[in-house]
Amino acid sequence: MLGTFDRAAAQRGYQVYRQVCASCHGLKHVRYQYLQKIGFSKAQVKAIAAEYQVRDGPDDEGEMYDRPGKPSDTFVGPYKNKKAAQAANNGSYPPDLSLITKARAGGADYLYALLTGYQELPPANVDLVPGKYYNPYFPGGQIAMAPPLLEGVVTYDDGTVATPKQMAHDVTTFLAWASEPELEQRRRLGIQWLIFLSIFTIVCYLLKRSYWKIIKKKSSNS
Amino acid sequence: MAKQSQNPYRHPFVRWIEHRLPIISFFEHTLKHYQVPKNLSFLWTGGFIAGFMLVVMIITGILLAMHYIPHPDHAFDSVERIMREVNFGWLIRYLHANGASLFFLVVYMHMFRSIYYGSYKSPRELLWIIGMIIFLIMMATAFLGYVLPWGQMSYWGATVITNLFTAIPWVGDSILEWLLGAPYVGAPALNKFFALHYLLPFLMFLMVFIHVWALHTNGSNNPTGVEPKTAEDTIPFHPYYTVKDLLSITAFMVIFAFFIFFAPNFFGEPENYIPADPMVTPAHIVPEWYFLPFYAILRAIPDKLGGFVAMISSILVLFALPWIDRSKVRSLTFRPISRALFWVFILDVIILGWAGAKPAEGNYIIIGQFATAYYFIHFLILVPLVSRFEKPSGLPESLSAYYKNSCHD
Repeated sequence: MLGTFDRAAAQRGYQVYRQVCASCHGLKHVRYQYLQKIGFSKAQVKAIAAEYQVRDGPDDEGEMYDRPGKPSDTFVGPYKNKKAAQAANNGSYPPDLSLITKARAGGADYLYALLTGYQELPPANVDLVPGKYYNPYFPGGQIAMAPPLLEGVVTYDDGTVATPKQMAHDVTTFLAWASEPELEQRRRLGIQWLIFLSIFTIVCYLLKRSYWKIIKKKSSNS
Repeated sequence: MAKQSQNPYRHPFVRWIEHRLPIISFFEHTLKHYQVPKNLSFLWTGGFIAGFMLVVMIITGILLAMHYIPHPDHAFDSVERIMREVNFGWLIRYLHANGASLFFLVVYMHMFRSIYYGSYKSPRELLWIIGMIIFLIMMATAFLGYVLPWGQMSYWGATVITNLFTAIPWVGDSILEWLLGAPYVGAPALNKFFALHYLLPFLMFLMVFIHVWALHTNGSNNPTGVEPKTAEDTIPFHPYYTVKDLLSITAFMVIFAFFIFFAPNFFGEPENYIPADPMVTPAHIVPEWYFLPFYAILRAIPDKLGGFVAMISSILVLFALPWIDRSKVRSLTFRPISRALFWVFILDVIILGWAGAKPAEGNYIIIGQFATAYYFIHFLILVPLVSRFEKPSGLPESLSAYYKNSCHD
């Protein structure tokens, strides 16, 4: 009941997101500084933010300009807008991942299954559309995203061996956190409230019983 | 001076207030001197919980409105900002979203309790009708509120439901355009929905006062349906029912807290965490669970206008219940045939809800149609007939006599 996010897995998952997913998928509801909550240091977050160019302005001359990202910026997406995203992906739109585990039935389990569920050869009865890939976990079975987590696509900083399953697990952990950053606080608070309310309910029960004793007694005597 | 001598209070401040505004004696009159049947079960605490939920919804709603932006470009993102950046914003929003579901749950129990124990019968017809008006406003408020997060289900739910108005002959299209401020669901509609969603709960609050006023005029019904006759039959509301309501509400809050903290999206649709997209229709559009039976009735009729009329009628028929049910005996405890019919009716509503959640195809439609037919047969044929001819059995002399027996068990 007191679920916590595995910090090391979430950090590795960030690395997978940064090096693989981020080339097509945004994360626009997350600010760089939030990464401190999964264990990155302040300096690391500053460096991560500075890797991005943020369009800002207008300046005093009325011109828009690019500047390095700050920890208080939200993640800069890979495309200027939805149309640009579709133009770059054969008409398909890679969804923003900020809410991905909440926005899919099955949540994190669905995401992990999808990432590890690609099949190279579709069943004989499936007529695969050119440019699509077969993945039984995707609604309709045909997905525009190529299998993203191939052997060797990421080399982990912490030395963990980046097998496709390990990467899927890590990035799922990271994105589950990105979808519900309040989860740990919520459950901690939930335990406190449930304990408090349960005790309060018992107290109210005893109070009610003592008040009603006389009514019950009178009624059964009369 | 004569008035002052009637002032029964000793404390100077209380006396001072009472002399200028007799509010102290008013509360004493409505709580302490208000005599209530002594045999009310826990089902009679539902009204108090519903009132409590209305207050919770208004408070959390006002807090949300301080951060929410009613515009298609910002609505979804502003809700996410509440979830992530407003202090305890996630708690406020989850209280509000889950609160709506539990509010409906409590109100449905409150209504089914009235139906089972015949609480709508003379002299409480108006009490029932005011309650039905509260229910109607509540449905409208819930529908409008569900649109505000501007997710896929918000948008498409609003599109499907407002589109029903086009079924009205001649003026349908004009009504739709007037309601939405445009021929489609967009920025003007969202802004209007927000304004109305903020307004209607206060109207509900007012109606709740009138509901309680009507209740206190003739007093509560009770599980026997037999009116209290002697002083022995009743007890003062305070402290006996205040303490019972208190117990009920704390137990209820344990359940409420469980959903908020551990399953906050249990009642929600994952689809609504995808921003509204007028170009992409969801695979199947479903309303929130509390609308599913009515949604099934809407879809049971293959004609748009027909479905609309059937759905409205399924609610309007409840208004007429005090006159549809002809029996003088209130409680179904003493009406065995009607009691059996009641449970079949509950089953029918559950089947309707289940059918409403399924895609509109094949057997689901046929099951929905049978359940819809039965819904109307129940109210228009079975209840009027059975209530006229059924012989009640075991009706007690007084509620005290019945209560005494149940105390011995």
